[in-house]
Amino acid sequence: MYKSGLYRFICSAVLLLMHFIAEAQESVNKIGMADAMRESGKIYVVVGVLLIIFLGFIAFLIMTDRKISKLEKEIKAK
Amino acid sequence: MKNNWWKILSVILLIYVIIAGFLIDVPALPILHETIRNLFFHVTMWFAMMIIMLSSMVSSIKFLSKFKMSADVWAVESANTGMFFGTLGLLTGMLWANYTWGDWWVNDPKLNGAAATMLIYLAYFVLRGSMDDEEKKAKISAIYNIFAFTMLIVFLVILPRMTDSLHPGSGGNPGFSTYDIDDNMRLVFYPAIIGWTLMGVWILQIRVRTRFLRMKINANV
Repeated sequence: MYKSGLYRFICSAVLLLMHFIAEAQESVNKIGMADAMRESGKIYVVVGVLLIIFLGFIAFLIMTDRKISKLEKEIKAK
Repeated sequence: MKNNWWKILSVILLIYVIIAGFLIDVPALPILHETIRNLFFHVTMWFAMMIIMLSSMVSSIKFLSKFKMSADVWAVESANTGMFFGTLGLLTGMLWANYTWGDWWVNDPKLNGAAATMLIYLAYFVLRGSMDDEEKKAKISAIYNIFAFTMLIVFLVILPRMTDSLHPGSGGNPGFSTYDIDDNMRLVFYPAIIGWTLMGVWILQIRVRTRFLRMKINANV
């Protein structure tokens, strides 16, 4: 059930995001305040927060969508 | 997956809108300042609302020509989803108004028109709730729905153009020009309209499928 292309796509997107955050934190330790996440009044942090919330909503929507697909199949089988 | 490409398109467009919406350069305008970015979020709620309400009216016309109950389900759930977007549009607009015009609500043709539109669609649900006979309910509310969309066009599009208004997009025939947007912003604005609308259709589809399931269960018992 979780082997679909969409699931893989979301997993890779999340892993990629985590990778970028980890990288950003490493550079904080090295050079202090000069990394991308702290530029422009830290607006990138807000963008990041909004992206996490949005992706959370999407994941929830996808799960609901799948639940209904499953129910539709069950009722069809009856 | 074949039939779900538009859901993926919606997510990709909206991810782009969230990132670009906050980060692109916007024209420096008096009073508005950075809030011009609300164009990608507040204004697009209303665009999505109007497109979904149009689909509601089309479903109602379909119902009246073929008398299929499934068309009635699409009509009522479109109206539900449209109301959801309209409510978000009203709330975001009020917040925006408070920080640019200085009040949560100003007596303005565009704002009052939006409120009247919401009340007209609320009446649609009251009308539906007042009848028990499913067929009668579907027929009468389908006819009302056609009038409701006509009034939406009158209140949101025509009347604000007849008078002066604080709200951009009013007075004369402004098109998009009075939104004070440059070509840079259009690159985000148009994808935002498509993205939010598709998101609305996704939510709408989930609601419709749930209702079909309920109908099937009721038919079996």
